[in-house]
Amino acid sequence: MISVSMTVNGKAVSAKIDPRTLLVQFLRENLLLTGTHVGCDTSQCGACVVHVDGKAIKSCTTLAATCDGASVVTIEGLAHDGALHPMQEAFRENHGLQCGFCTPGMIMSAIDIVNRKGHDLDEHTIREELEGNICRCTGYHNIVKSVAAGAHAMAPK
Amino acid sequence: MSATGIGAPVRRKEDFRFITGKGQYTDDINRPGQTHAAFLRSPHAHATIKKLDISQAQQAEGVIAVLTGDDLAKDGIGGLICGWMIHSKDGSPMKAGSHPALAQGKVRYVGDHIAVVIAETLSQARDAVEKIHVDYELLKPVIDMAHATDSGSPVIHDVSPNNQVYDWHLGDKGATESAFAKAKHVTRLDIVNNRLIPNAMEPRAAIGDYDSGQDAFTLYTTSQNPHVARLVLSAFIGIAPEHKLRVIAPDVGGGFGSKIFIYAEETVCVWAAKKVGRPVKWTGDRTEAFLADAHGRDHITHAEMAMDDKGHILGLRVKTKANLGAYLSTFSSCVPTYLYAPLLSGQYNIPAIYVEVEGLYTNTAPVDAYRGAGRPEATFVIERMVEVAAREMGQDPAAFRRRNFIKSFPHQTPVIMAYDTGNYGASMDLALEMADYKNFGKRKRDSAKKGMLRGIGFSAYIEACGIAPSAAVGSLGAGVGLWESAEVRVNPVGTVEVLTGSHSHGQGHETTFAQLVSDRLGISIDQVAIVHGDTDKVQFGMGTYGSRSGAVGMSAISKALDKVVAKAKKVAAYALEASEGDIEFKDGRFSVAGTDRSLAFGEVALQAYIAHKFSGQELEPGLKEGAFYDPTNFTFPSGVHICELEIDPDTGVTRIDRWTAVDDFGNIINPMIVEGQVHGGIAQGVGQALLEGAHYDANGQLVTASYMDYCMPRADDLPSFDIGMTTTPCTTNPLGIKGCGEAGAIAAPPAVINAITDALGHEQIAMPASPQAVWRAAQKSLHKLAAE
Repeated sequence: MISVSMTVNGKAVSAKIDPRTLLVQFLRENLLLTGTHVGCDTSQCGACVVHVDGKAIKSCTTLAATCDGASVVTIEGLAHDGALHPMQEAFRENHGLQCGFCTPGMIMSAIDIVNRKGHDLDEHTIREELEGNICRCTGYHNIVKSVAAGAHAMAPK
Repeated sequence: MSATGIGAPVRRKEDFRFITGKGQYTDDINRPGQTHAAFLRSPHAHATIKKLDISQAQQAEGVIAVLTGDDLAKDGIGGLICGWMIHSKDGSPMKAGSHPALAQGKVRYVGDHIAVVIAETLSQARDAVEKIHVDYELLKPVIDMAHATDSGSPVIHDVSPNNQVYDWHLGDKGATESAFAKAKHVTRLDIVNNRLIPNAMEPRAAIGDYDSGQDAFTLYTTSQNPHVARLVLSAFIGIAPEHKLRVIAPDVGGGFGSKIFIYAEETVCVWAAKKVGRPVKWTGDRTEAFLADAHGRDHITHAEMAMDDKGHILGLRVKTKANLGAYLSTFSSCVPTYLYAPLLSGQYNIPAIYVEVEGLYTNTAPVDAYRGAGRPEATFVIERMVEVAAREMGQDPAAFRRRNFIKSFPHQTPVIMAYDTGNYGASMDLALEMADYKNFGKRKRDSAKKGMLRGIGFSAYIEACGIAPSAAVGSLGAGVGLWESAEVRVNPVGTVEVLTGSHSHGQGHETTFAQLVSDRLGISIDQVAIVHGDTDKVQFGMGTYGSRSGAVGMSAISKALDKVVAKAKKVAAYALEASEGDIEFKDGRFSVAGTDRSLAFGEVALQAYIAHKFSGQELEPGLKEGAFYDPTNFTFPSGVHICELEIDPDTGVTRIDRWTAVDDFGNIINPMIVEGQVHGGIAQGVGQALLEGAHYDANGQLVTASYMDYCMPRADDLPSFDIGMTTTPCTTNPLGIKGCGEAGAIAAPPAVINAITDALGHEQIAMPASPQAVWRAAQKSLHKLAAE
């Protein structure tokens, strides 16, 4: 067993874990943050995307031990004081989700796209940037709309 | 139309929990004292088990139990079942081999279940699985269904010495032969419908829990139909009687058919929970989903269509081999028979049809319903045939279809179905206009200038939804009725709980069902809760598949609402001291006709419960009504999809340039949700046509068992879609709803392939039309062009 400490959604957490524990297991099983999902075992589907030190990563292929000292944000950490993050609101407003399973990863990736590419995203850019997130329900049509709308809503007013 | 009533694009009530990470899927649930299960799966496609040594695994760290097929047999646990009996042409029943949840002496596909390890942690369970030693005697596998019945083929199940499950037919052979005898032109085509793997994003999962004090079981599971799961686990597999077995299907992350079925893992978890005296949890990983979820499609077909000299269709002859895999999954037998052949008339007036279907065992994963289930396969046959016939006869494909459209309703096809209503010409007109068909030639020339091949493809699909009239399906071999139930509970303050046997795994029932209640009772959707997915809360239900939740599930709610309003009128009559006949109900108020006396819906609900204004002899207190709705016919959604694409002959890359979908779903509750269903269906259909294909090698290894090998549609594989609607309300249910869940997946594949073959100028392309396949086909086209 090894010790890890990190900040998750603004709270300091530490635990003794099996060294092979993945970040997604640490989040789901130790911290009971079950909004981060596992949809595959080859790091392709993106249901497990969280932010580590401000960057989107796939928590299913990241050892929790490598996040020692890091700051992690999950889907549960986006809304503040009852107010949804603009990207969450955009997914609801544009029907960017159906079964909801890929949604946390989609939203985390979408925010990361905006952080990297700015607030004015064209359809082509959004589609290419979503390469690492698979959705089986929506056909992506409304996810693309959601990301574009969320990106605009995230722009400083 | 009110802001939240029928027809309003209401934003979904369920979304808040999903966008904040508060959804509760099966794997998010943990039970006190829970243990973890891992399965040993067969690495071989076909083998007998000579020896199974579990002793080392039993002694591994953290292991609580190692259970095998012998333990199931000792406990008298029955095998998995197939719930639809098909009879062959000669009247003999289908040949269903036994299907134990853990292998008993033989394995029949890679991924077949041999043993389960139950341990304190998942890692310990997985580690111990590797300590089970199996001595296999390898048998030659049957992988290629085209040769499954060859003499000398290995026998997969002793009950079927030639690996044939059934040899079934439908239609009038003699009339069809006569039609062909009169034909001036016959179109012939060999068609393969590629094998798909459903891939709901949430892998299957189960937690079995046993309460020894109550002698009762609970199963948390990823199911589209928890009551059917309970019925099968109870009445056939013999886990426990129904009143001692609760099945909970919480939030479910997509189904597409694959979560209808009752699988080995769920069965083992609930059985093992009693054996180890602690909850047993299993969550499949993606590789397990690829190996052991029921697959879809997988047909080989030869079709022939007869036309007169003007291009009127005279007859259709279809011969199909359907791969059913190594075992008969829950509804597998009906998919290539009664969900396929009756749809082969499409939107067309075809006087004579004859269909033969051979169901075959192979050493591959079981094949069952996947989004559309039989109807995409039928649509692919008829829409490819019609397209090729039009081309061969030198006719415009839209005009050829229009010439043959059914134009008067009701219409009885020669293959069972009686279409109640439709207007196929209207959908075609709108689709042609939206797709700007008249300028296609110019766009094609512009593409040619850039060295690109542009093509356009049509798909005028029909599907049979609203599954299904119980007596009708019973006469065709179904083991269950396919009605739906609903209960409407009005609380004393006027809020409403609707208990439904339908199950939502992405369809948005918590919103659309509430819209129906809002519309009928004149209350806000926030006053309505939709309860589903728990057999202890909802008495019975048949679940969600076959685009049935609107047409059948909501019709049951509508029927229960009628009863609620009728009872509430009686209560209002007492409360308002008027005769019942004078009570009118409108916009949420009960009023006495011709007076200003009225009560709001909530006030009448309160009167029903306090019961101060009437005696119990006159009227029962309370306001709660239930209904079972059994449809009288299938519903027949239809439409026209047009795919326009561009092929780069240098790379074989196909880019879909525009997609036009015009659908007739009858009346619509929430257009935003309906369009979302169409988008998702098209994506799956485009996936089948361009990207997806399950592939077993000659030894029966699934070589497409991960997202690195099985090409799922990504965002950059697809365009945005242009969606249009026409409406002919269904005439056989109270809401006029036809259903929309499968349309896109049914319509899309032939639209894509018709567009590709149009671009290529020949018909030699199979699905998935990958860049490599298209590049090869394009080279043929270029050679042909050069020769001309």
